[in-house]
Amino acid sequence: MDALIEIAGLTKRFGGFTAVDGVSFTLARGEVLGFLGPNGAGKSTTMKMLAGFVTPTSGSARINGHDVQNDAVAARRELGFLPEGAPVYPEMTVAGFLRFIARVRGYHGGEARDRVDQALALATLDGVRQLPVETLSKGFKRRVGLAQALLHDPPVLVLDEPTDGLDPNQKFEVRALITRMAPDKAIIISTHILEEVEAVCSRAMIIAAGRVVADATPAELARRHPSGRLEEVFRALTRPAAEAA
Amino acid sequence: MRATLAIAWREFAGYFATPVAWVFIVIFLALQGTLTFSVGGFFERDQADLLPFFQFLPWVFVLLVPAITMRLWAEERRLGTIELLLTLPVSQGQAVVGKFLAAWAFTVIALALTFPFVITVNVLGSPDNGMIAAGYVGAVLIAGCFLALGAAASAITKNQVIAFVLGVALSFVFAASAFPVVTDFLSHNLPVLATIARKLSLVDRFETFTRGLIAARDVIYLVSFMIFWLVANTVILEHRKAD
Repeated sequence: MDALIEIAGLTKRFGGFTAVDGVSFTLARGEVLGFLGPNGAGKSTTMKMLAGFVTPTSGSARINGHDVQNDAVAARRELGFLPEGAPVYPEMTVAGFLRFIARVRGYHGGEARDRVDQALALATLDGVRQLPVETLSKGFKRRVGLAQALLHDPPVLVLDEPTDGLDPNQKFEVRALITRMAPDKAIIISTHILEEVEAVCSRAMIIAAGRVVADATPAELARRHPSGRLEEVFRALTRPAAEAA
Repeated sequence: MRATLAIAWREFAGYFATPVAWVFIVIFLALQGTLTFSVGGFFERDQADLLPFFQFLPWVFVLLVPAITMRLWAEERRLGTIELLLTLPVSQGQAVVGKFLAAWAFTVIALALTFPFVITVNVLGSPDNGMIAAGYVGAVLIAGCFLALGAAASAITKNQVIAFVLGVALSFVFAASAFPVVTDFLSHNLPVLATIARKLSLVDRFETFTRGLIAARDVIYLVSFMIFWLVANTVILEHRKAD
């Protein structure tokens, strides 16, 4: 097994609140992991720690062997990250923004142009390349964020809600794109759409109150409830204790 | 280095993407012109030098430089793009320096646009242009100091207004620390601090330049001042980036 992501005992406390509580797992090339969980369960915080943006209280994370804290720049070279909400500089044009990302990532001249063109094509953004990001719809902005994450063809992708705000056709395209890339990469996506997990993920992880409460293939997970529906399993595992009792 | 310059270039272009750059330049030139010609008595003095121009410059910087730096980090925080920027393969130091260079380049352009003052004084008399050049060198350096200070203030908050007010307050402290009112008070009560306050003053250092003197110790002080606040900026960012 070729582990591209290794997380061990990752914990984040904000004051007295524990957002992520001892999360450990490894992810190999070819795996697509779906992060599921209610809002505030710690999905985004885990992803932010993996990207080196949030400093863990304890525990460690490695991307392709590089520690995200001690060897941060090397780890980030191997990572394509779509942050929560897909933030993009609003005054820049789509192509201008991607050129900036290409330059920061060390590409220049013809190679930078090729990378930008490829990213535009992958995220089907060719028609809007000269438009300022602030004039685009939510779905287009999300795809600009996605293009930015894919530009350097990284071995590891961490995508926080990649299909949020997309219309059904765009969702389909993004899922097809993830499936196409899957054999060569280790990919983590977070989502609230359970059918998405069944469509693109080889592995599903349910997180509640900062802990991993389930980790299996989507099909296995679905079988844990008599109805055979992932939705029922999700509800059973993540309902607040008081309500469940 | 290339990544730092890419960040600097994006930031620099950002100034001109909105009217902010033009508004700033116009206000800066109008303020400097008014202060030099009216308050400074440029013509009445009947002397071929730019002392009235340089005399007000640090105070105009105290007020306007924080307007250049307030967006640097506060805006990234508000938009959430800070998460994008700081997860690119650059160190936080590179990002801090990149943004600082952009703001500095912008300020140098605004300063360069004061060239009509130099032309005016050369048409009217025969000034010591070496002295004027030394004054400009000093101006570029103290601008860098105020920018580094303002950038660090911007890293503390996601509110540009707070970043601006904090930047003005901090800049004022370091500009005014050699004022008689400050040093007299301190020398009566805490004589040690009075000496330190006088040495910390950016305005005192700048005045040496405007008299035509570029002293190594002043240059070293001003450069160290910039580096100190750039490091402070990096540390603040490290601790507060995800808040």
